[in-house]
Amino acid sequence: MSITINIPSALRPYVQGQSTLEAQGETVAQALSFAETQHPDLSKHLRDEHGNLRGFVNIFIGQDDIRHLNGEQSAVSSGDALTIVPAIAGGRS
Amino acid sequence: MKIDRQVAQALKQHAESTYPHEAVGILAGRAADDEVLLTVPLNNEHQQAHNRYQVNPLAQWQAETDLEAKGLDVLGYYHSHPDHPSQYSETDRKLALPNVNYVIVSVQKGKAHTVQNWRLREDRSAMDEQPFIETVKPTEEKT
Repeated sequence: MSITINIPSALRPYVQGQSTLEAQGETVAQALSFAETQHPDLSKHLRDEHGNLRGFVNIFIGQDDIRHLNGEQSAVSSGDALTIVPAIAGGRS
Repeated sequence: MKIDRQVAQALKQHAESTYPHEAVGILAGRAADDEVLLTVPLNNEHQQAHNRYQVNPLAQWQAETDLEAKGLDVLGYYHSHPDHPSQYSETDRKLALPNVNYVIVSVQKGKAHTVQNWRLREDRSAMDEQPFIETVKPTEEKT
């Protein structure tokens, strides 16, 4: 199954400048793993030292935040679009 | 990174307008020229907006998609530090990504003070200051 992954500007240097990737998988985890296998440098900024998605990395299936579904085990279907949105967040303290 | 003086002024005015809360927005322009041509103010939704900022991720993504549809690149983001230096914080570093600029405006007692531009190191260990050069359009120089 082909899943489209939308890549934010900050991560495009790790995927040869592409704004979208095509991936295979039946879950978010499988689709991300597919992309990370082809583009290993993605992982360093998507995931922490334990392999978990960093807290500020949001993943959407369409308009749905996977945190409100089944996390990385959320099912995806051919034609779905995954969007990676690193939160704009921070502050003085 | 360069920024048109009028665009820089708009950025500072946004930072002043949200005082004592933090302002946040997108820096857009042409990556090839490393020049900011437009800022897009976003809504700071953090409950502790006096010292933190957070943007609805879907609103953020929509804003970035709209910019790219206009042929503009997302060069980075800006936010303000009310009554605090424009030095990045540990929170800023932990929530940053490389390859984009993070401009911080220090707002002291409601007035924009210093502005610094930071980029995250590839190993995420620190952020390094980058140029932030205000430019003047030729037509503006004549007046």
